[in-house]
Amino acid sequence: MMSAMLYLSLVVLVLGVGRKIYQYATTPAPLKIPTTPAPTTRAGVVWRMAREVVFFDSLFKASKPTWIFSWLFHAGMLVALLCHLRYFTDPVWGWVALLAPFSKFAGLAMLVGLIGLLARRVVVDRVRAISAPSDFLMLFLILGIAASGLLMRFFWHTDIVAVKQFAQGLLSFQFASLPGSFVLFMHLILVAILLLIFPFSKLLHAPGLFFSPSRNQVDNPRERQHNPSLSGHGKKA
Amino acid sequence: MAKKPEKKPEFETPVLGDYTEVPAVTPGSMDHSQPFVAKAAINEAIGFPGELVDNWQEVAVTKLGELVDNSRALRVYLDSCVKCGACTDKCHYFLGTGDPNNMPVARQDLLRSVYRRHYTVAGKYLPKLVGAKDLDEEMLDKWYKYFHQCSQCRRCSVYCPYGIDTAEVSMAAREIMDTIGKGQKYCNEIIGKVHKLGNNLGLPEPALADTLEGLEEDVEEEINVKVKFPLDVKGAEVMLVTPSADFFAEPHIDGLIGYGKVFHQAGISWTLSSHASEAANFGLFIGSVDNMKQVAVRIREAALELGVKRIVFGECGHAWRVAYSFLNTLAGPFDFLDSRYPVPQHIIEVTHDLMEQGRLKLDKSANDDKRVTFHDSCNVARASRMGNKPGGQLTLPRDVIKASCNHFFDMPRDTIGEGTFCCGGGGGLLTDDLLELRVKGAKPRMQALKDVHEQHQVTHMAAICAICKSQFSKVLPYYGFEMDQIISVHQLVGDALVFSADA
Repeated sequence: MMSAMLYLSLVVLVLGVGRKIYQYATTPAPLKIPTTPAPTTRAGVVWRMAREVVFFDSLFKASKPTWIFSWLFHAGMLVALLCHLRYFTDPVWGWVALLAPFSKFAGLAMLVGLIGLLARRVVVDRVRAISAPSDFLMLFLILGIAASGLLMRFFWHTDIVAVKQFAQGLLSFQFASLPGSFVLFMHLILVAILLLIFPFSKLLHAPGLFFSPSRNQVDNPRERQHNPSLSGHGKKA
Repeated sequence: MAKKPEKKPEFETPVLGDYTEVPAVTPGSMDHSQPFVAKAAINEAIGFPGELVDNWQEVAVTKLGELVDNSRALRVYLDSCVKCGACTDKCHYFLGTGDPNNMPVARQDLLRSVYRRHYTVAGKYLPKLVGAKDLDEEMLDKWYKYFHQCSQCRRCSVYCPYGIDTAEVSMAAREIMDTIGKGQKYCNEIIGKVHKLGNNLGLPEPALADTLEGLEEDVEEEINVKVKFPLDVKGAEVMLVTPSADFFAEPHIDGLIGYGKVFHQAGISWTLSSHASEAANFGLFIGSVDNMKQVAVRIREAALELGVKRIVFGECGHAWRVAYSFLNTLAGPFDFLDSRYPVPQHIIEVTHDLMEQGRLKLDKSANDDKRVTFHDSCNVARASRMGNKPGGQLTLPRDVIKASCNHFFDMPRDTIGEGTFCCGGGGGLLTDDLLELRVKGAKPRMQALKDVHEQHQVTHMAAICAICKSQFSKVLPYYGFEMDQIISVHQLVGDALVFSADA
């Protein structure tokens, strides 16, 4: 049952996000609109995007509290996700094993970040004013995932060997049963929900960033004619 | 210093405090502000229905879908916002009014909520949950009000972690409103004038020739040098395209005199064109690529007709955005021009080059009566470039100013450069029916000016944008400054140029 749910949500995630990425890639960008000062070379743009993706450059300029909470959350989530590879690799990849001791700190970083972001949404009048119910639900959902994971890490330890068998079963289509743990059940259900809503929600900011013309365009409109079909003067003159 | 505005305003001018002050959210505080709606003839003249069409909801929603299908920016921006709040304290109109709909994210949401309702799964089935809304009369009313409280200055896009640019969203909203027959009078009337006569003022060729002749006489009288202001001279090297405000308005005209003096001293033959007698391109403001292209193509036509080698733009913010970022795209390629120069060039680039080559003789002390700061115009700072390096649009004008005067002081860091504040009158809002918005929107800039005035006794603020100059002339007195404290950068240059030898 859980296996089916996870498969379904994964399929929805891949197809849904794939469709969105296809849309973003094929929708025309008729004019040059990088927010300047912008790099004048492709390599410069790669560097700008890398800083944006890794360090959240623009957010750092905008608001230090939002930046620190948001960065803690995302960095923690990345490490936590990578640590989960130990359930899917056998033997466990070396670097995943090395990362393992940090998983609890990663989970805590996520928690701190999420609580900070939630507090900001409640306390700052401007952010409260722009929040829809879905904005709170999204935070609660991810908080639930992080908290249930940490509960299993610190308090209600679950049978990790059985979890690994379950995960391996997912990869090889030889389904194993899940250890009977309510917290684990909740953890996985919430993850499945997150994957399901990803392509239909603001989580699209993840692929979106890479396609944002104000960030990913090279600033060279005088040197190279962008979109020559728009002018139609190409052959004359 | 205090010179009261001539009429008593029906609103209170904000009190200037510290420039980092963020107001409390005050719902509805600018709900009464909206520009005049265009009459039928004005809309029809630029290709839109005269009045609100019967099935406007349907037409608007269809148009929205088309726009999203044809703009990667719009599609990504509408999907990606996570409501993090990074932009909420960045808009000068929010900082000046406290109206929550003037927070960039909330302004975008006016359109995003309709997009979600009609074009996303979540919004179709769970509208309340995700804040999706129908485009009803109340929403259209909000669109008209609040998409005309955005000057498309892009300050929010600097701070957004995904680079979401509210300018793109407000342009789309205005284009949708034009498509259903609810256009804004100020912008649409002006675009019509450019199509008909070549400039925003609706100034015909004989009147322009007359004005320039008068200007030559005035300048000769003042400095005893025959500085020419040529019109429609075939075979000139440079065609100068400048905002038509430069022909009449103060302090713009002193900038035009400055360009003329620079060309004169450098011995560059130049001309204005009566066919393309306008640098401004209000097609940008209403998001209409068709109109923007029509206006841009006039410049190509004029350059071909006059057989010039170079195109140079005068001091104008959004005009430089359209020129720098879009002219080549909309009307290029310009392979018939001299390939040694970028097409187009900004007058600041021209002057800067000449200064580096030592071809201008300047006496900085001519401006010793002034202590100067520089207002980075939003569209220049965040939507264009000058010179070869990123950020040249910020350094070149300062270089030119510093070469022309002895006392220069920058305003606080987060109010200049890429973080500069709009003057409050950009994006098609420079109209008296939006005066309250303009005064309040100028507050952050006025706070920064007050700061350098107190710390460095700054007396003048130089700018390179016709809209900034007009806007500040109007709003400076509301804040206890004098209207003539705003000046053109090329006024400083012109006043510093030494002409003793060839008098």
